[in-house]
Amino acid sequence: MSRTPLDTVEHAAATPDVELPWAELGLKKDEYERVVEILGRRPTGAELAMYSVMWSEHCSYKSSKVHLRQFGEKAPESDAMLVGIGENAGVVDVGQGYAVTFKVESHNHPSYVEPYQGAATGVGGIVRDIIAMGARPVAVVDPLRFGAADHPDTKRVLPGVVAGIGGYGNCLGLPNIGGEVVFDACYQGNPLVNAGAIGVMRHEDIHLAKASGAGNKVILYGARTGGDGIGGASILASETFDDAKPSKRPAVQVGDPFQEKLLIECTLEAFREKLVVGIQDLGAAGLSCATSELASNGSGGMRVTLDDVPLRDSTLSPEEILMSESQERMCAVVEPEKVDRFLEICEKWDVIATVIGEVTDGDRLEIYWHGGKIVDVDPRTVAHEGPVYERPYARPSWQDELQADDANKLPRPATSEELKDQVLKLVGSPNQASKSWITSQYDHFVQGNTVLAQPEDSGMIRIDEETGLGVAIATDGNGRYAKLDPYHGAQLALAEAYRNVATTGAKPLAVSDCLNFGSPEDPAVMWQFAEAVRGLADACQQLGTPVTGGNVSLYNQTGEAAIHPTPVVAVLGVIDDVARRTPVAFQEEGQLLYLLGDTREEFGGSAWSQVVHDHLGGLPPQVDLERERLLAEILISASRDGMIDSAHDLSDGGLIQAVVESALLGGKGARLIVPDGLDAFTFLFSESAGRAVVAVPRSEEVRFNDMCGARGLPVTRIGVVDGDTVDVQGEFALSLSELRETHEGTIPALLK
Amino acid sequence: MARVVVDVMLKPEILDPQGQAVQRALPRLGFDGISDVRQGKRFELEVDGPVDEAALARIHDLAESFLANTVIEDFTIRVEEVAEAVK
Repeated sequence: MSRTPLDTVEHAAATPDVELPWAELGLKKDEYERVVEILGRRPTGAELAMYSVMWSEHCSYKSSKVHLRQFGEKAPESDAMLVGIGENAGVVDVGQGYAVTFKVESHNHPSYVEPYQGAATGVGGIVRDIIAMGARPVAVVDPLRFGAADHPDTKRVLPGVVAGIGGYGNCLGLPNIGGEVVFDACYQGNPLVNAGAIGVMRHEDIHLAKASGAGNKVILYGARTGGDGIGGASILASETFDDAKPSKRPAVQVGDPFQEKLLIECTLEAFREKLVVGIQDLGAAGLSCATSELASNGSGGMRVTLDDVPLRDSTLSPEEILMSESQERMCAVVEPEKVDRFLEICEKWDVIATVIGEVTDGDRLEIYWHGGKIVDVDPRTVAHEGPVYERPYARPSWQDELQADDANKLPRPATSEELKDQVLKLVGSPNQASKSWITSQYDHFVQGNTVLAQPEDSGMIRIDEETGLGVAIATDGNGRYAKLDPYHGAQLALAEAYRNVATTGAKPLAVSDCLNFGSPEDPAVMWQFAEAVRGLADACQQLGTPVTGGNVSLYNQTGEAAIHPTPVVAVLGVIDDVARRTPVAFQEEGQLLYLLGDTREEFGGSAWSQVVHDHLGGLPPQVDLERERLLAEILISASRDGMIDSAHDLSDGGLIQAVVESALLGGKGARLIVPDGLDAFTFLFSESAGRAVVAVPRSEEVRFNDMCGARGLPVTRIGVVDGDTVDVQGEFALSLSELRETHEGTIPALLK
Repeated sequence: MARVVVDVMLKPEILDPQGQAVQRALPRLGFDGISDVRQGKRFELEVDGPVDEAALARIHDLAESFLANTVIEDFTIRVEEVAEAVK
């Protein structure tokens, strides 16, 4: 059999009746009709490949866009923002001429299919977003969510994901300084593997992705293009060619961290020599995305010869080349006279680089293959003017019932003995137990600038050795809270990350978010999404921390069962001198323990209700953002002025969880006194927000109390750092060794 | 006693960074004319008793579930010493 003729633009115009597999590629009928309308003819196979992948939910944000606008509309005034939402990653001014870029993204589905490579390429993708901004990556963080801890499939997914993150990050030489590990049955078929990265640069080095200036060359550099991650394009391929393919597609993407390391160095050197006009990393949608975005962010015109793309697999069809998600590739736009120098740098780093096209003075993206024009489109219609949906949303009918099922009415421990048993059960439960078995597989300290890493409240990196300037990052999210009330649940995620950054002594500056939800076609899920975005945008406005970017992951559901709505929020902060940081661990016996903030009877969505009663119902803790802001100010001042030696934010698990962690990390116990007006149970287990526990040296007691009093922050003395037990006076005492065995034994036992 | 060999290779379309590293090293070391290198794993299983269909089925199971990650790898099974094996 001979090959069917190449589906060029002319061929498409001449054969309007050819049926294309638009439905198999994920386009809806009206979307396909819109493509035909835009082009004034049927698309070629290559054009259809580009539109279908760029108009997918993942690339076009078609369901979420109308809601995400609020992050821009409600963005607070902030002097710190240098580059806002919409670029590869946002850029924040951290002072002393430094700028920091950071972002969190999801790599959920690939990590479920092939945990090691899925998680590894997730790290690779987010790191390329950072280098595309001209910044040197300095750290990564990984918020992870898995199914039930004792489910057999968790044993398949978790070790692979952890090894993939560790393997890729360690090979790149990037410390992993934070993140979370959460277990919940709702993530069983849909684990959430989010990955964040931070990069540092000088203000003058910021680069934006755009292609302008006719005659400038488009250079593809990095790995060769293979059949990685090609989705529906195989359907097109099978129409174009009759010959057999190496094997059935789509293929899992495999990462090569050593190639990525070369890409980092090569890119940064090209930036240093000011050789680059525009740049874009190749992630989802590969060349389709890079060419259409670069072109539409510039003047619009670009001509690309696809034959020049270096291939790993010579049987790839043009459609597949356009859709391939091969890792470790980037696309740069370079002025003609600088091309030689750019290629020289690539050669020095042993990176393959090829001129694949040039910027034109028109406004069309034209792609050629074997001499024929196979794509002729307005790149804006591919990259930015895709479909936008106002999906119907409605508060689910079960929401009232869920909220009425009040966790505050659950049976509470009746005796001191029961209270003690429940404390042990809590600190040994998978979600509250020590995650060091997991996080110790990551390198925290490579590069020698890590100041704080897990299990501290936030990760902290020194960025200037002379002055001690540093940045901190914390990621948080609580799907249980968000399920009970998505609006406030999202705000609680932000509040916790904000508090975590402040607890270590850093000033929160900006936010990135990764919004993980179920199917947007379900009005209940869409309502959760709309509420969460509205809540987050409102809270960012009030706290003065703009959203700089992030990502949305929808369709995290198996059949009818969606995951809990899980907005994961990363907050970035700055600290003038990392020597002033505040650790979690108790430092010295005799120091006084103070509880900052108000404790109320708030058990809805709490760890206690999950661990002891396997219950989810009621309302999440109240949100008071002004209180969060005040608490943060106090924590930062106290850290700067040396008034506190350790601090820990209170969140899931409540006060007892925080005290046990501080005690075990410091190897020093605590005597606690239940304050007047509170019962022991509420004191220990409540999850009221806006609280922290601090250890104050006796010499600072008066000064610290005066500061809190003057600013109006409620402060209660609750005990002292002392001994080798956690002793709740009048109730029970637990030795550190018993607590350690319980707290640290759980995860290794589950994953053995 | 017989030996069953299981060869595990990455599927052809999957990126093989190790094979690529080897291939890149070849010209540097003066070995020309090799256009591609793919690296795999070879397992040699010493089997007690006869290698009959049941034994091979068992080995197929263990290769599929343990030796190979069939999301990204293919495997082949062959009997190396057929002295006592059923044909």
